[in-house]
Amino acid sequence: MFSTISTTKTKTKKQYRGVTRTARIIQGFAFWVPLIVMVVMIIMALFANWIAPHDPNQGKILDRLLPPSFMEGGKSDYLLGTDLIGRDVLSRIIYGARISLSVSLLIILVTGGIGTILGILAGYAGGRTDAIIMRIVDVALSFPGLLLAMLLAVAIGPGFKTVVLALSILGWAGYARMIRGEAMRIAQSDFVAQARVNGASGWRIMIRHIFPNIINSLIVLMTLQVGMIILAEAALSYLGFGISVPTASWGSMVADGRANLDNAWWIAAFPGACIGLVVLSGNFLGDWIRDKLDPRLRQL
Amino acid sequence: MATKILLEARDIVKHYPVTRGLLQRTVGWVRAVDGVSFSIEYGKTMSLVGESGAGKTTIARQILLLEKLTSGSILFEEKDLYKMTPKEIKAEYRPKVHYVQQNPWSSMNPRMRIKDVVGEPIYVNNKQSKKDVDKDVVKLLEQVGIGAEGINRYPHEFSGGQRQRIAVARALALNPSLLILDEPVSALDVSIRAQIMNLFKDLQKKFNLSYLVIAHNLATVRYMSHSVAILYLGQLVEYGDSETLFARPLHPYTKALISASQLTLPEDSEGKAKQIILTGEMPSPLNPPSGCRFHTRCSEANERCSKDVPEMRKVGKQLVKCHHYE
Amino acid sequence: MSSNVVLQVENLHTSFFTRAGEVKAVDGVSFYVREGETFGIVGESGCGKSVTGLSILRLLPEPSGQIVAGKIILEGKNLLELSKKHMRAYRGKMISMILQDPMTSLNPVFTIGDQVGESVRMHQDLPENMVEAEVIDALRLLRIPAPEMRINEYPFQLSGGMKQRVVGAIAMSCRPRLLIADEPTTALDATIQAQYIALFEDIQEKTNVAIIFITHDFGVVARICDRVGVMYAGKIVETALTRDIFKNPKHPYTIALIKSVPQLDRKDDQLFSIEGQPPSMLNLPPGCRFCPRCTVALDICKEQEPPEVKISENRSVSCWRVK
Repeated sequence: MFSTISTTKTKTKKQYRGVTRTARIIQGFAFWVPLIVMVVMIIMALFANWIAPHDPNQGKILDRLLPPSFMEGGKSDYLLGTDLIGRDVLSRIIYGARISLSVSLLIILVTGGIGTILGILAGYAGGRTDAIIMRIVDVALSFPGLLLAMLLAVAIGPGFKTVVLALSILGWAGYARMIRGEAMRIAQSDFVAQARVNGASGWRIMIRHIFPNIINSLIVLMTLQVGMIILAEAALSYLGFGISVPTASWGSMVADGRANLDNAWWIAAFPGACIGLVVLSGNFLGDWIRDKLDPRLRQL
Repeated sequence: MATKILLEARDIVKHYPVTRGLLQRTVGWVRAVDGVSFSIEYGKTMSLVGESGAGKTTIARQILLLEKLTSGSILFEEKDLYKMTPKEIKAEYRPKVHYVQQNPWSSMNPRMRIKDVVGEPIYVNNKQSKKDVDKDVVKLLEQVGIGAEGINRYPHEFSGGQRQRIAVARALALNPSLLILDEPVSALDVSIRAQIMNLFKDLQKKFNLSYLVIAHNLATVRYMSHSVAILYLGQLVEYGDSETLFARPLHPYTKALISASQLTLPEDSEGKAKQIILTGEMPSPLNPPSGCRFHTRCSEANERCSKDVPEMRKVGKQLVKCHHYE
Repeated sequence: MSSNVVLQVENLHTSFFTRAGEVKAVDGVSFYVREGETFGIVGESGCGKSVTGLSILRLLPEPSGQIVAGKIILEGKNLLELSKKHMRAYRGKMISMILQDPMTSLNPVFTIGDQVGESVRMHQDLPENMVEAEVIDALRLLRIPAPEMRINEYPFQLSGGMKQRVVGAIAMSCRPRLLIADEPTTALDATIQAQYIALFEDIQEKTNVAIIFITHDFGVVARICDRVGVMYAGKIVETALTRDIFKNPKHPYTIALIKSVPQLDRKDDQLFSIEGQPPSMLNLPPGCRFCPRCTVALDICKEQEPPEVKISENRSVSCWRVK
């Protein structure tokens, strides 16, 4: 990049901006594309009733196992084909978005909330409180999640509730550990010492000083979790402990389509692709947010 | 005489345990502060001078009750702090003693607006309405030379010098009697330091404030102080009136510090005292040297210095801890 | 000190191209350093002194930082005309640098021996068994006690002052012709600082290295620098012998700066303070950059930048009041 410089005056600025522009374009992709994907998914979830062309749970037996409309043998009615019972894959995907996203949102809020509260408490209070909370975290982290899901499925039956419970009971622990680290660091900072000198109570410090300063980390953690939770829900549904047939969830659709992978690949492929897209988008967005919120020493 | 003393530290000691192993056994002690006594008068400035590791910030933290003393006592307005209940401390001590820290970038919550930063002490202690607090904040900011438009801004929108002024405004919020200034200007640009130091002097005159200044820069110390205490490895080695100390330093360490801080020009070195350069470094407070703690680096040390601990003796108007003054 | 000029910087312009615009961090800086001489660059934060040092080593953060014009001539060769590969050969061997923070200058996972040895191996073609001897030699030059034991120690086992000496050893290991020291003593205690400076005077005498000492501390300047350049907002406003800067400063900024620094040798009742703040480098005032804060500004100062005027052999000032 640094070519020979003679003693003549200023190089045209365009040359420098040129290099940074390409970099910026690529960076732009990493933001806009995932954002658009997520927005599309959210719209699908919210307006499923209006967008979906067919009923996701009722199928016409006569139209079963039709390939996507752009392939040979497909009907224009069913854009992405139909499944075993003749249900429209596209409609099921659209309704499935609703399930996948609402499950993730709920779980993220619950686990994030509990994890943050316990993490801040442990990090600021230290001593015995910290020790007790962290031991519980250790247990939660080492407990096999799948086993818990199975037990819950046996106890209260598979379904939405089971998925949420299974992933929430253990899911907060990861947050707690990370937030605790952040909280400990902030508790050592000068402005917290100032607050103590000013007579602020522990609660005030935790709420007014520590929490606002961990929000950045929290947001990044949460966005990165979106993908993981959708995958987890998909896995649970695929295994039969989560959302079950006939309700459309991307995970259960993949489960359904497994048996027909060689003759009707579209039943599993499209929901699978959606899962992948959302996970990727969540990750990209999370990275982008983390970079944006990172305090830079120089604006260069 | 006694009623002029605002704060007195009597033989304060702070040891930190060093733990090792799974069961966290205590294997040693970091003797950060090892028997320090001094007093600060109303309206006067005392400076605590020492290098890193000497224990200055530790002493500040003890006085601010951010940590608990291992032994010794701190008397404020003649009352022993450790005999007061937490309620009494919150009502009678906290409002009167405040803290301006070294680093203007980390001493404020970056997520709080200036009005909340400066208003916090008022809000926490007086339960005033937000509006009234804001009014007080504007007055405080004016006193330190920051305009009222600043109240809704965030700390990062201000320069280092301005933030230090805001920190001072916060420290003045509850009309304190004593401000602890921990290296208040060392993180600032040279040309800004003078502004802030002048501000401190003006405020002292105006409000009869006492300052405990922690510093390692002797020139700053001389400009601001009435009395000076020199700290080495957790103990005071010399203590007394500022001008006397600078005119006639007694302890070898004091002499070395002054020599290191002077503006000696090569051409002037004939005639002025030879530059004193100490060998080695400050030993670890985990394992202080026997006898006089300074003897390992002292050019005037003799056999006795490594065996007997010197006592703090009065020489003229000063107190010195050195065998050569007995 | 001989009269051989080791480094000549002519009209150096370094800018940072940011989204907000071009920041002219170094805007026409010229100076020279002779063999065995220490040239100090004094100024406050943001004046461009560190960027000057980085420019000489061509270590600016890319792509935003660029040397836009000027010549940097080291013993006859213009460094700006060298290829990247060639420049890398120069770094560490002909010119080296010491930075401010000893904590982060050393890699915590490598031993002292490895880090000093890295420099030796890169620039000198020695068989392995002689590398260690060179390393110990470098450590001895910096008066590090028991060097044979130190080479197996890790940075965390050393104190701040000792770490800074190791950094110095790495810099001097290949006996460079020019050493750039960027605030090396700022993070050190007063008595350790005094040791360190005395050490460098000694090293300079032994190796005849030319030193550029970047600092904001006048006390340090008085002690180690032979000549000084005072920088403000990207330009050098005054250059002189050290004693002249203190005894007879000519530029209003230099005068104000020296007056505003409390000195141990005199008792001040009120310190002189310079009003205002340094200008934003994105939005420089027309005319002299110091004019908004200058108490003795003339009308012409607001409109035109003063040229650099050479008053005598070692003296130049950029001020309309000085002819």
